[in-house]
Amino acid sequence: MTAIFKRELGSYFNSAIAYIVMAVFFGFSGYFFTATCFVGNMSTLSYTFSNMFMIIIFLTPIISMKTFSEEKKQKTDQALLTSPASLFDIVMGKFLGAFTLYALCCLIFFVYGLVISFFTAPDWAVIICTTVGILLLGGALIAIDIFISALTESQVIAAVVGMAAGLALYMINTFISMIQVDWIASALKAISPTNYYMSFTYGMLDLTGVVFFLSVIALFVFFTIRALERKRWS
Amino acid sequence: MVEVKNLTKRYGKLTAVDDISFTAKEGEILGFLGPNGAGKSTTMNMITGYISSTSGTVTVDGEEILRNPKAVKRNIGYLPEIPPLYVDMTVRKYLEFMFELKKVRLPKREHIEEVMRLVKITDVKERIIKHLSKGYRQRVGFAQALLGNPPVLILDEPTVGLDPKQIIEIRKLIKSLGKKHTVIFSSHVLSEVSATCDRIIVISNGKIVADAKTDELGSTLAGDEKLSLDIEGSPSAVLDTLKVIPGVLKIRKLRDVGSSASRYIVEYKTDRDVRRDVFKAMANSGFVILNMQSANETLEDSFLRLVAEDNSKEV
Repeated sequence: MTAIFKRELGSYFNSAIAYIVMAVFFGFSGYFFTATCFVGNMSTLSYTFSNMFMIIIFLTPIISMKTFSEEKKQKTDQALLTSPASLFDIVMGKFLGAFTLYALCCLIFFVYGLVISFFTAPDWAVIICTTVGILLLGGALIAIDIFISALTESQVIAAVVGMAAGLALYMINTFISMIQVDWIASALKAISPTNYYMSFTYGMLDLTGVVFFLSVIALFVFFTIRALERKRWS
Repeated sequence: MVEVKNLTKRYGKLTAVDDISFTAKEGEILGFLGPNGAGKSTTMNMITGYISSTSGTVTVDGEEILRNPKAVKRNIGYLPEIPPLYVDMTVRKYLEFMFELKKVRLPKREHIEEVMRLVKITDVKERIIKHLSKGYRQRVGFAQALLGNPPVLILDEPTVGLDPKQIIEIRKLIKSLGKKHTVIFSSHVLSEVSATCDRIIVISNGKIVADAKTDELGSTLAGDEKLSLDIEGSPSAVLDTLKVIPGVLKIRKLRDVGSSASRYIVEYKTDRDVRRDVFKAMANSGFVILNMQSANETLEDSFLRLVAEDNSKEV
């Protein structure tokens, strides 16, 4: 697992991907931060965090699109799948590599907290809770995108489908209002990541939210393993 | 060391590998020969556990690939048709990654240095693989397969796309590796396999059509011995004289050579050399032999005939 993790993280920094992703992440979060905290004269990061949802939907597929589709296209998956490493090790190594890059992006929120502390006492509870929330949300999206990447040889398809999946999840709440059947509406509400994520941005470490995102990660890691296994048997 | 039993792979209705069985002993170099698309790569992918078989088993050192994949994969070094290289890494970084991925338990630095020396890539170890020539890339792929000194090496067309000098080097390398490892390597070039291997398995349309020691392959495949003769004299008289020589099985007049001579093909039993008798018989009857040479099939001929026979059977 560690070998794949190290290689995966290294490959982001060997190419431009890591720097571009981080630049975009820092750029937009910096804009939201400036707009709400300086122009709007507020000491809370809540708005910055809730606005970042949209940016994350577009960035996570970019981070994960190459994980398996490129391996398949370059035939390097032959080295991975004929090595003594288990499929779980391979998928987890890739997930942790992508997730670490994402986590590095999220460190910027602590910098914003420090900036606020020059002017007034920042609400560290909100900052820490929301960062945990944003990490969990990103982790779940990365797990979903890695699964999509394992299904196709094309990075572009992996990225586009990943973005569509992220947007669909984001828009679940708007679908709910259109649905008349009660049980479908409540089922959709239960899988809407926005609801879980928003409670983090208010500064609550919501246990159901933590469990929800961790389950999504576990589920899609499992799906990815099954997808790789299935390809061998077809 | 490697035992393949009734191995079959089907993709829907297409049967890529059809009931293949063979064994490779320790220290043997086994050549897998067949035209493109015969099922060589599919077989190798099944032996190494990259894809699973529809039915049949692969056993390496007593362990079955689908039952205990970890143990089997540890014993196999695999060089696929396209070397699995991460082109954004340097040669040394890549080999270090493969070393860790394969969970090799040897001293890391020394072992990687040793493997790089063996395949002669030490001078490019700090270069990014993307910028290497095809020959070097192939050798980096080779190095990757050798990491951990696995007892079994599976090499899928290791010399494709290399220049003649590199081909000879790779062949030498395979020969030297065969002393310590069991090597199975595939090729669609017969001369290459016959120059390197102890045993050759010919595959066509997913089936084994021949399995023999390299030096025996020619005789087992070719059947009876053949002589090509250019003899001066009336064809009917010559044929009559040849017919009665003991050991001769079949005579065929091929064509006229010049104005007075004709070319004949004489087939005779393998255990009886008829050349002296032919010479004496012709001399006694006053026919002049202008040319006498062996008309045995070369390996290349037998290979092409085998593959063609198999194809026509299918139709």
